[in-house]
Amino acid sequence: MAKNLYIQHYCRIKNNKVYLNGDLIFEENSEDIKSFLKSVYQFLDPKYSKFFKMDALSKLAFLSAEIILKDINTENKNIGIILSNNASSLDTDRKHQDSINDKENYYPSPAVFVYTLPNIGIGEISIRHQLKSENGFFVFEKYNANFHHNYENILIQNNKSEAVLGGWVNIDEDSYEAFLYLISENGTIEHTEQNLKQLYTN
Amino acid sequence: MEDLKLELKNNIIELLNLEDVNVDEIKDDDSLFGDGLGLDSIDALELIVMLDKDYGIRLSDPKEGKKIFESIEVMAAYISEHRTK
Amino acid sequence: MSKGVAITGMGIISSIGKTVEENFQSLVNKTPGISEIEGISTIHKDHIKVGEVKITNEELCSFLNLPSSNNYSRTALLAEIAAKEAIKNAGITDINSCKTGLISATSVGGMDLTEKFYYSQFEEEINRKFINSHSAGDSSTKVANSLGITGFVSTISTACSSAANSIMLGARMIKSGKLDRVIVGGADCLSKFTINGFKTLMILSETDCRPFDANRTGLNLGEAAAFLVLESDECVKKENKKVLGYVSGYANANDAFHQTASSEDGEGATLAMKKALKIAGVSSKEIDYINAHGTATENNDASESAAIRRVFGDNLPEVSSTKAYTGHTLAAAAAIEAVYSILALQNGVVFPNLNFETPIAETNIIPETEVLQKELNYVLSNSFGFGGNCSTLIFSKA
Repeated sequence: MAKNLYIQHYCRIKNNKVYLNGDLIFEENSEDIKSFLKSVYQFLDPKYSKFFKMDALSKLAFLSAEIILKDINTENKNIGIILSNNASSLDTDRKHQDSINDKENYYPSPAVFVYTLPNIGIGEISIRHQLKSENGFFVFEKYNANFHHNYENILIQNNKSEAVLGGWVNIDEDSYEAFLYLISENGTIEHTEQNLKQLYTN
Repeated sequence: MEDLKLELKNNIIELLNLEDVNVDEIKDDDSLFGDGLGLDSIDALELIVMLDKDYGIRLSDPKEGKKIFESIEVMAAYISEHRTK
Repeated sequence: MSKGVAITGMGIISSIGKTVEENFQSLVNKTPGISEIEGISTIHKDHIKVGEVKITNEELCSFLNLPSSNNYSRTALLAEIAAKEAIKNAGITDINSCKTGLISATSVGGMDLTEKFYYSQFEEEINRKFINSHSAGDSSTKVANSLGITGFVSTISTACSSAANSIMLGARMIKSGKLDRVIVGGADCLSKFTINGFKTLMILSETDCRPFDANRTGLNLGEAAAFLVLESDECVKKENKKVLGYVSGYANANDAFHQTASSEDGEGATLAMKKALKIAGVSSKEIDYINAHGTATENNDASESAAIRRVFGDNLPEVSSTKAYTGHTLAAAAAIEAVYSILALQNGVVFPNLNFETPIAETNIIPETEVLQKELNYVLSNSFGFGGNCSTLIFSKA
């Protein structure tokens, strides 16, 4: 019998504001992305110093997941992770490219190179919450509610995952946005393409 | 040597993004990897780049790093002996 | 029980051949494609060996009949060549005769052009056309447009397991009826970006790589592209297609250990292999050959060996890594190794693991070092990517 699935929690981070389930939970007019993400970290206080080694995209993914999974015990839970974006890891790619362009001052950083892939952020979430489930990262022009709804639905209906963390996490130059949500059998907002689209655009 | 040790502590904190660690919290003989500061394999590689960039010491085998980066004390001694910058 | 999703066509270009047949001949003649780098002038050129496709971009453009005004990155060029071979091999004349999609994979994207033209783009307008080629989705879009695909198109970017995830998603979309036919695979070209990046991680070997050898010193980077055509049973019947093999099992799991290193006990890899066996409905004893990820880095081979032992115990089938032939082709790896897995099944042959002498003491896995004639029914292929992304595919005989 088909399971009834819901958008149990959803989080939006953009324009210096953080929303959980539609409510504004934090805002700060920071001068740049790095400062803003640090402020959000301090607000959430996850006591996870490895955060500071991450690139901006991974930090954004990590914080969004932190907000969603805050009151959920993830130990031994099979929570799939399906994320997408438009710019891949471009923000970090540029930093790596800069470090190898200067012939006079040629010292590429391994810590930067490690993040020149968009799915490392999924790795960070997995390490933090010990999630060994199925995970994928897709590159689309914009958030594709149809694709996400399908994939998230199939994962749970076919018992590949008991819940799915899905969404869009993007950083390009100075702009950033995150739309992350937890799909499970608990909640009140039905998991439909229409609802995902609506929550994303609001 | 004391200046070098302080310099190393400051560099490590900045280079490895150890935001919540103060210079005075790192003792000279504290273990940097494993239980001590909890640095990992990528941090070790960053330190190898630092050895080259700041002190002109080039390591070819990442395993060499393990011995050299045991503690600030050991690092400082090694750098003093082998630095070319 | 369903055999799986039918594979009706394949296409590949790598350092050991421009076509499926050329690749096969190199594999059975034990002629690897590892050499010094020629196409890119890098300061590391005397310290690395690579699996380079010895064909210039101009020659690739010419082969594809592209106008000189094109803005194809090398990744897109390789992708299109492989995709076109796959379509031809599948005997497709009308690409939209049934609901068709394309799922590709890449990690480099158009970086090869960006690193060449980045600064000059400020000055020379002619080079700005390459700005659009940079993104990961560009090569997929170009190939889809070139083939006339109007259906679902997506790009997966999960490092070295990307193409396996493309194949997995494609198979699922066919099974769930979302698509009747899908072209799946991946492409990556060599670039200074990856050469410098991997060099700084200190996992590049200065010599020919030695997968699973106790004295291995790292990987050789490579470039390649490969695609499979997957079709639903209805499509196969309707158009009377020849089936080359089946995608019978697939799975993905996260190692949850480190951004780039694999866990000592290979947890992610173990989970992926076990889940793939479950999907395929076979036990580990029924696997006849493992085409391993086997990059020849100290970390991967140790971790993967541990995982293989956990899943197979002492009942090991033949194991080999073909990366000593092609180098590690990153996002394309799982796709080229899928082609090799199908070739293995079709021809009843296990391809050798070159450059092996001494087994890793802890796990004592001795890979197959000769071209071995053996009847094969199931081949398991591993691909593990940075970010702890572990994928396993199982292919079966037609």
